[in-house]
Amino acid sequence: MLRNLWGGMRGLFVKHKAEKELDDELRDFLEKSTTEKMRAGMTREKAHRAARMEIGSVEAVKENVRAASWERHLETLWNDLKFGTRLLRFNPVFAGAAILSLALGIGANTAIFQLLDAVRLRTLPVKNPQELASVAIDPRKKASGRFEGRRSELTSAMWEQIRDQQQGFSGIFAWSPTQFNISPSGEVHNVQALWVSAEFFETLGVEPALGRVLTPADDHSGCAASGVVISYSFWQHEYGGDASVIGQPLSINRHPFPIIGVTGPSFYGVEVGRYFDVAAPLCAERILNAEDPMSDAKDMWWLASMGRLKPGWTIERAASQLRAASPGIFEATLPANFNPQQAKNFLTYKLGVQPGGTGVSDLRGDYESPLWLLLALAALVLVIASANLANLLLARASAREKEMGMRMAIGASRGRLIRQLLAECLLLSILGAALGALLARSLSQLLVASISTQRDPLFVDLGTDWRVLGFTTGLAVLTCILFGLAPALRATSVSPGLVLKEGGRGSTDGRRRFGLRRILVVSQIALSLTLLVGALLFARSLGKLAGVDAGFQRDGILLTDMDFTVLNLSNERRISFANELLDRVRAIPGVDAAASAAIVPLSGNGAVHDILPGTDGAAKEDSPVAAFNRVSPGFFFTLRTPILAGRDFDDHDVAGSPLVAIVNESFARKIAKTGNPVGAMFRVRSMSKTTGPYEIVGLVKDTKYMDLREDAQEIVYTPVAQYNRQDQDTQILIRSTMPISSLIAAVKTTASGTNANVDVSFVVFHQMIEEGLLRDRLMARLSGFFGGLAVLLAVIGLYGVISYMVSRRRNEIGIRMSLGADRGSIISLVLRESLGLLAVGLGIGIILSLLVSRAAASLLFGLKPNDTATLVVATVGLAAIALAASYVPALRASRLDPVQALRNE
Amino acid sequence: MTETSATLVQGTLDMLILKTLALEPLHGWGISQRIQQLSRGVFEVNPGSLFPAFRRLERAGLIECQWQTSENNRRAKYYSLTKAGRQKLKSETKEWERQVAAIARILQTAS
Repeated sequence: MLRNLWGGMRGLFVKHKAEKELDDELRDFLEKSTTEKMRAGMTREKAHRAARMEIGSVEAVKENVRAASWERHLETLWNDLKFGTRLLRFNPVFAGAAILSLALGIGANTAIFQLLDAVRLRTLPVKNPQELASVAIDPRKKASGRFEGRRSELTSAMWEQIRDQQQGFSGIFAWSPTQFNISPSGEVHNVQALWVSAEFFETLGVEPALGRVLTPADDHSGCAASGVVISYSFWQHEYGGDASVIGQPLSINRHPFPIIGVTGPSFYGVEVGRYFDVAAPLCAERILNAEDPMSDAKDMWWLASMGRLKPGWTIERAASQLRAASPGIFEATLPANFNPQQAKNFLTYKLGVQPGGTGVSDLRGDYESPLWLLLALAALVLVIASANLANLLLARASAREKEMGMRMAIGASRGRLIRQLLAECLLLSILGAALGALLARSLSQLLVASISTQRDPLFVDLGTDWRVLGFTTGLAVLTCILFGLAPALRATSVSPGLVLKEGGRGSTDGRRRFGLRRILVVSQIALSLTLLVGALLFARSLGKLAGVDAGFQRDGILLTDMDFTVLNLSNERRISFANELLDRVRAIPGVDAAASAAIVPLSGNGAVHDILPGTDGAAKEDSPVAAFNRVSPGFFFTLRTPILAGRDFDDHDVAGSPLVAIVNESFARKIAKTGNPVGAMFRVRSMSKTTGPYEIVGLVKDTKYMDLREDAQEIVYTPVAQYNRQDQDTQILIRSTMPISSLIAAVKTTASGTNANVDVSFVVFHQMIEEGLLRDRLMARLSGFFGGLAVLLAVIGLYGVISYMVSRRRNEIGIRMSLGADRGSIISLVLRESLGLLAVGLGIGIILSLLVSRAAASLLFGLKPNDTATLVVATVGLAAIALAASYVPALRASRLDPVQALRNE
Repeated sequence: MTETSATLVQGTLDMLILKTLALEPLHGWGISQRIQQLSRGVFEVNPGSLFPAFRRLERAGLIECQWQTSENNRRAKYYSLTKAGRQKLKSETKEWERQVAAIARILQTAS
């Protein structure tokens, strides 16, 4: 065996020597044979001839000897690949087009699928993820109260009840995503954080990479001394992987906590698409939010829960146990400040259990259907790319028919030719796939980066998905075999002499093959029209969203949050301190206007309360509701929202003065039911508490509240100074034409000049709004990319077919021209051909677009999926490009020299 | 190829080469002649199958080769049996005899 291997290697590398020896040996054989025959009485010449006859073709013998060794196969493959490479080099346009279209198709599919897999399909990197299940109210109903964080599914009271009453889980934990400011002073440095209950790491089976993880001993009320766990990546980039980090204090919202451990490198939490830097025990929440801990507020929804099922327990069994316990649990956790309707609704809640092996993710809701749609678009691109490849191969196959015949005539076996063609297919597909894999890598990273923002960073664990890469490459090989090999097979099955005799023409039915190419082009046009329509739909949808009238001017505004929790001011001092901060900001040279607001429009935050029109009367079940905001004087001027009637708030609207409110047009129309509601009165019911009456002193234009997509809703503005529970921070909107960086520097100086213990953070308003359109921008960009690609491929395909047609019909064109046809009629002859293909393709494409674009309906804003204008623009555009592409070969045909064309026959 | 020559039973060529070489080292032409002689002209060995067989046997370590000067002062490649080749010949022969005997028995009873 070893010798065989050695011999093979030697054969491969010292080929020349081996060849020479074989030559010598054969010559020797021939020599001896001749001598023998001469001895039998033949002449030297005759003997030589006879010996040669006997031995047959020396080359064939050599071929046979070579074929006896295993390295031969490798060598053949190598030669085939070399030959293939040479052929591709001679046809750089063909090679480039084929490889690039394959690479784009393969790359796009792989990239999107691996993202989809990471977000939707892959299980959490923890022990036995299939045993995990999440516990939440099921079905999810409208809930009242306060909400904090991305996963506001339970209150603390509910979590404690679930923990104590559940039976189906061997371990269960609660957690909540949040952000911690780890800067001990000055400008805020937020990191991604998790509140976790004691059982978090134990239940998930997460081992520390260093130190220890949190255990039940760490989670008890007043856990001041307990520490926090940091993630591996945080440890690496913040501490350089230094082992002495254990025991070091980490400042969290200005409270020092010791670091007790580092988690393993693969663990990112249970929320797919997110990561954490720091995990702190739930009990520490009371330390951080000492004034109004979420842990003790029964109306604060901020936790999510997940558990590991006991052996033998199914999700259904655990769910039915919790469902049975639900009435007691919700009875015990009913918030005291709920009004009767809210309480009634609350008591109907039932707990349910959902599989949790793949973790939880808000990305799924936002991005799952867009990703599937994008995958479908990418698949269409791959189909078009394959059709293109098929087209190119068919064109080449007919051109190579003669070559095949020639090679068979000089002794190549059929199998050998087929192997050769296969090697070419392999070469094309592998080059395409390799390029596609590279592309997939950067494309999927680009995708994640494009939906990740600094305020809301994402982390998706992306590996190259070999299954998809393999699948798409396989598809490419299959395409190549189907369209490259099948015609070749047909060609090789014909007697070589016949092929050679056929002269310049192919032996097989040209019309039939040409028909196949037409079908391919028609389907390419149809599919690319579909993609183009999709691209235009998303682009127009984005344009409409970006251009929507929000009711204010979004440019030129900087948002700053100034947090003075550390000062621990009394309620009365807070408003005066916030006012002082605002006044100082307004005094900065270059600041045009500034105002504070409890809720920044379009930030995603909001509060909704019941409105009781008039000054008295009991609450009714169908009281109207309105969104609320507390703002300082100058808010509307800062945002450039017109005040349509009445006045803005002023410095006389303070605690103790009559309660006032400003409402928007929708409120006036739908609740006050008057064009000018100034002077009207209403009261507000929040939970079970009623406040008021408020007098309406102003009317403003409608503005968007939480989201650009929403319809105008009723909004009530109240003066921040009249609120009796002031926050320990103030959000200031600053309008200025100064450059952002110098404005930020000035605001920082102002804040620290007021008090060194103020934490400031900044967001640019229009950037924040644009971040809300990430998904739309992603869809518009990617579908635009795919659409452009599809059109390009289809045009290349059409161009190829028309050029081919022109070259096939050279003689005919030559005859027509010599019979007196002018250039124009030749051009129109060719263009008619392409018009026919185009018409059929576009017709099918329009039907297909109408069917497919329905899938995009939920992702569009302000237009219907069967938007006529879009369809017309796409059709006309594609037709124009396609006609331009076929005009080139038409022009070439019209410039044919008839004499030359006919002589070629 | 003459009418009288027969095609070899698949796989027997290797055995015949080994047998030929068991007597003395020989070059390619010599081997083909020896097989023809010993079979009294029944088997005529085509170089097209002979040389691949040499390569095969050499790779399998059953024969080895050496360049020597032949009778007429020309360089020729001489093949000889290796130890493994000798053993292989022994076992192949035994196996062959066993099979031939079995076939013969079948043919006798059948007729």
